[in-house]
Amino acid sequence: MGKTLFDKVWAAHTVRELPNGMTQLLIGTHLIHEVTSPQAFGMLRDLNLKVLYPHRTFATVDHIVPTDEREEPFSDKLADAMIKELRKNCAENDIKFFDLSSGHQGIVHIVGPEQGITQPGTTIACGDSHTSTHGAFGSIAFGIGTSQVRDVLATQTMALHKPKVRRINVNGKLSPGVYAKDVILHIIRMLGVNGGLGYAYEYGGSTFDAFTQEERMTVCNMSIEGGARVGYVNPDQTTFDYLRGRPYAPAQAHFDAAVDQWKAFASDADCTYDDIVNFQASDIGPTVTWGINPGQAIFIDENIPALADLPAKDRGTAEEAYAHMKLRPGTPIKGTKIDVAFLGSCTNGRISDLKEVAQHIQGKKVKPGLKAIVVPGSQGVSAIAEAMGLAEIFREAGFEWRGAGCSMCLAMNPDKLIGDQLCASSSNRNFKGRQGSPTGRTVLMSPLMVAAAALTGEISDAREVFGIHG
Amino acid sequence: MSLAKISQLAGTGVYVAGDDVDTDRIIPARFMKCVTFDGLGEFAFYDERFDANNQPKAHPMNDPQFAGASILLSGRNFGCGSSREHAPQALYRHGFRAVIAESFAEIFFGNSITLGMPCLVMDGRDIRALAELIAEAPQSEINIDITAGQVGIADVTFPAMIPSHAQEALINGRWDAIADLLEGLNAVHATADRLPYMQKA
Repeated sequence: MGKTLFDKVWAAHTVRELPNGMTQLLIGTHLIHEVTSPQAFGMLRDLNLKVLYPHRTFATVDHIVPTDEREEPFSDKLADAMIKELRKNCAENDIKFFDLSSGHQGIVHIVGPEQGITQPGTTIACGDSHTSTHGAFGSIAFGIGTSQVRDVLATQTMALHKPKVRRINVNGKLSPGVYAKDVILHIIRMLGVNGGLGYAYEYGGSTFDAFTQEERMTVCNMSIEGGARVGYVNPDQTTFDYLRGRPYAPAQAHFDAAVDQWKAFASDADCTYDDIVNFQASDIGPTVTWGINPGQAIFIDENIPALADLPAKDRGTAEEAYAHMKLRPGTPIKGTKIDVAFLGSCTNGRISDLKEVAQHIQGKKVKPGLKAIVVPGSQGVSAIAEAMGLAEIFREAGFEWRGAGCSMCLAMNPDKLIGDQLCASSSNRNFKGRQGSPTGRTVLMSPLMVAAAALTGEISDAREVFGIHG
Repeated sequence: MSLAKISQLAGTGVYVAGDDVDTDRIIPARFMKCVTFDGLGEFAFYDERFDANNQPKAHPMNDPQFAGASILLSGRNFGCGSSREHAPQALYRHGFRAVIAESFAEIFFGNSITLGMPCLVMDGRDIRALAELIAEAPQSEINIDITAGQVGIADVTFPAMIPSHAQEALINGRWDAIADLLEGLNAVHATADRLPYMQKA
């Protein structure tokens, strides 16, 4: 009987079974950043342990970096202490650090793929829940806590309980103006924010076959928002073409041999899954959230659900959401005034996201009085965008063009909402207070929908704003 | 490294109602600007407990009746969102030694067990019944029996579930995996040697 990619990668990385029945799993690639690693290095020092495979850990700085005034020392002393601590830990332990001065700094989930560090058939861990992004390459990638960062540094392994595998098929062609972001928001809406608990998600079907590597990353990125710690897509020619020639990808002479090995990791045609769910691409429309978790989502032309429209189990959170979002149940979300537009994050801060938006906003202007910022996911993305003239298009349209980092996705740097501002955001979480103000409000959507909101000053249907017809 | 064997826990409880309580709520990101976990305890649920002027709001954790509670009760999908260990660290340092909920997000669950803070799953009706008993007598002792999978208060006992791997780890004092992982280092090297991408360029 055939095996899934998950089974094959798990088997290839299994070190041994632990006394409590968990698996000691080798983590081939470890990515670290400044927020969740310093305590782990402290624990290593306390235990007198060393980094076992320094050449398999890669670092960058993303969460706390300012996106405007980037000279050190940072005005925020705590942030400054954190970047210095990471720099010191990397130097002392011989770990490659994509520092601000490297030209390659950025959000860890954008830097890994961009550098070719993220590869099929591998295991990846990072102290960040959006590590599932890397599954787009047919790796299995886990978001982990700081004690596990310590475990990986010291032993290159973690203790894990093997999840089940759910295949999620999306078939058909997406309508114009509907994007990978809408696909994952729709999946989470339908399966629930905890629907993936205990599962790894394998995404497939003709929609995924047609997706670019970056679109697959957008979907895998938000697996955790549906409760699945791991999400992946089987590697194919799209994946191999993306990786060829990247700095940490196998060298040209060995690349074809590597591709043969990678192909063998893909799920077999006759494998079985613990569960299968099917979606049709044509059923998916531009999707926005109305509440305080990513599952509270509707199509742009739907009304915010009334309490009576919701299953009893969802009503408690819905009432909390109405109160926090100050939105009226039973009314359209379209037309809701926004204060801020944020384009960026590990979900949608890649060059393809910026290209798609730039081609539609050329010659148009952000609504006066509105704050609209573009934060490229990495310095690499930023450099390409500058070279292609995209940055200039954004600036001319009235967007602030910033330096690379996580920025307003979680607002650990100076980019924050103020008071109860409402933000049209291409990020991944609309939790209460997520964007830096406890009363701030987040509406998640695709990058082009963010641009539409930025131009009109209200939540809008990008298809109408930009004349996109099916 | 010898760890405590955690098979029984006792303490008073506090009920923080709601489903999908995310880790941003448990510890807002601005408090993660730190290089150690020390001092996180006072910021647990900060924005739920305090307003913009740092004045306390009505919240069960601010209610003197529940002061000193070491068992936290909540709803479905507790600890969803970010992988930040700062969340269970903040709860632990606030004084919590166990969390009872209808279900837990996976990363939060694992992070909590690694700290020796058990997460037990109970039926929603039972949690609300337990919460009512706590409300009636806030200083009643709750007894958690990890081995038996039970939570008791006064003369009432509720079934509570904890996955077997976590149960074994707690009972046997192996909840922090590092010692087990270090014992396997020879096998780690053997596994790494078989994987082309693990080799130094």
